Amino acid sequence: MSISLDEVRHVAKLARLEMGEADLVALQSELNALLGHFQDINAIDVTGCQPKPHAVPRQNVWADDEPVFGLPREAALQNAAAAKAGLFLVPTIIED
Amino acid sequence: MANYVLSVGMEVHAELLTESKMFCRCQVAFGGEPNSRVCPVCLGLPGALPVPNKHAIELVMKTALALNCTIARDSVFHRKNYFYPDLPKGYQISQYGETNPIGYHGWIDIPTEGGKTKRIKIARVHLEEDTGKLMHLPGGGSGVDLNRAGVPLMEIVTAFPPDIESPEEAKEYGERLRQLLVYLGVCDGKMEEGSMRAEPNPSVRPEGSETYGVKTELKNLGSFRSVFGGVEFERNRQIAVLEEGGEVYQETRGWNEDTQASYVMRVKESENDYRYFPCPDLMPMHFDDAMIERVRATIGELPIAKWQRYQSEFGLSEYDAGVLTAERPWAEFFEACVREGADPKAACNWMNSDFARLLNETGQSVVAHEGRTLSRVTPKHIAELTTLIANGTINGKIGKQVFGDMFESGHMPKAIVEAAGLTQVSDTGQVDTWAAEVCAENPDVIEKYRNGQTNVIGFLVGQLMKKSQGRANPQLAQEAIRKALGE
Ligand SMILES: [Zn+2]
Repeated sequence: MSISLDEVRHVAKLARLEMGEADLVALQSELNALLGHFQDINAIDVTGCQPKPHAVPRQNVWADDEPVFGLPREAALQNAAAAKAGLFLVPTIIED
Repeated sequence: MANYVLSVGMEVHAELLTESKMFCRCQVAFGGEPNSRVCPVCLGLPGALPVPNKHAIELVMKTALALNCTIARDSVFHRKNYFYPDLPKGYQISQYGETNPIGYHGWIDIPTEGGKTKRIKIARVHLEEDTGKLMHLPGGGSGVDLNRAGVPLMEIVTAFPPDIESPEEAKEYGERLRQLLVYLGVCDGKMEEGSMRAEPNPSVRPEGSETYGVKTELKNLGSFRSVFGGVEFERNRQIAVLEEGGEVYQETRGWNEDTQASYVMRVKESENDYRYFPCPDLMPMHFDDAMIERVRATIGELPIAKWQRYQSEFGLSEYDAGVLTAERPWAEFFEACVREGADPKAACNWMNSDFARLLNETGQSVVAHEGRTLSRVTPKHIAELTTLIANGTINGKIGKQVFGDMFESGHMPKAIVEAAGLTQVSDTGQVDTWAAEVCAENPDVIEKYRNGQTNVIGFLVGQLMKKSQGRANPQLAQEAIRKALGE
């Protein structure tokens, strides 16, 4: 299991990371080292083990449907790069 | 030109009728000041932990059961990763996979022409969260309102290969689904407010072809009429493209209501790019028999079952049963009338004619909701009225008058009849006297009758009814006039 340079480029693009060619190559070898670790895990015999979606053995952790007040709007907008009329401001979005 | 076959997959999103959001307890409501119902969880602030809304899970399970789905015993939430300004976390919590969604492999029957039904297979019913709302600002830039971010959203997806093969079926499917969701009380079904959204994926292929054509995804359809229009337009557009030797692209297309045409919105990212993986913030769900049966017990009789039962049990026509069952409160009102002793056929006639008209004219309803005031007329009123007519106390014409009165005043029909002296006159002596008077007052009409114009009888009966102020038994009035004329 290994990752190609093109795949690294693609993943970077999906993560909105702008990276130079040298950084991509460096990242490729780091990711491949990580994947190598998974290969080690793959070598373990897990016959008879059920796949688990979570490491903690708990399920059905739910809350009742009872509304509570969250944050005042001023607080919610406090960290916004820009805000106007109670809205978070973002660059113009042309599609839908 | 080759013949083409249309196939339409449908994705329907429905906002669930919960009080609070899916993974936080912010209030769910329509409208209001922007960003007034937000918290660290739905703002996607670092370190905030989501906790699923139990009621939302139950509502999805309820829908899945009503859609004849298999309920997953084990189900998890996934992260669907993409960037968009209305998605604060950079991912949407959703459910991925064939048998992981709360419900999968179901179906719904929709009526088709000639009283037949067609079965539309459902691939899955899953639970996710809604995104925020983006709005364009007059001075440039866009604004984001996150009141809607995190509202529980159910997605219902039809199976592949699609069963829907015409614009009519696409519309019918959407309408039936909407009716079901409103019946179940899981969604208000308001397409105009966006609480229910339908996205058809039409594709065409030459008749006989084994492989399906490339599909487009239609968005921004504000009504099921638009679903019909959009699918029909896309079918024609795709056929024209193929006929010209062109290629249909997999893309998202919007629907322009004004021009009745679709337009390209964006080329769809492939599924792999969403990098779904189980959300580590959320514990897995396990549904046991007890929970499934508890939820199943909340479903009640579904509209199509009611529609069939009203025909078989009460002898109502397909049409009448359809009108009565279109909305749950209306059907429940009708059933209450029958429980109170009303003749079903008579109750149905009053409800679907005078009552429906008066409610409409006055903006009232049989349930108080959305600014509509509750009608004073109860099932007891209807039952008493139909009984008064059935046992001959009043005739149908007076019944209409009584209905108008009780609609306005809320008084019981019997009291109205007694107070206004509206009881039907079935005393033949009295009716004969009126008949004689009518004949004496209309010598010219009698003359016409003698000259062979027998249709004037209707006029004379009408005069008698008028003289009796509508109270004469119509049957006896008819007989008395004929007798007076020597028939
Ligand atoms: Zn919140």
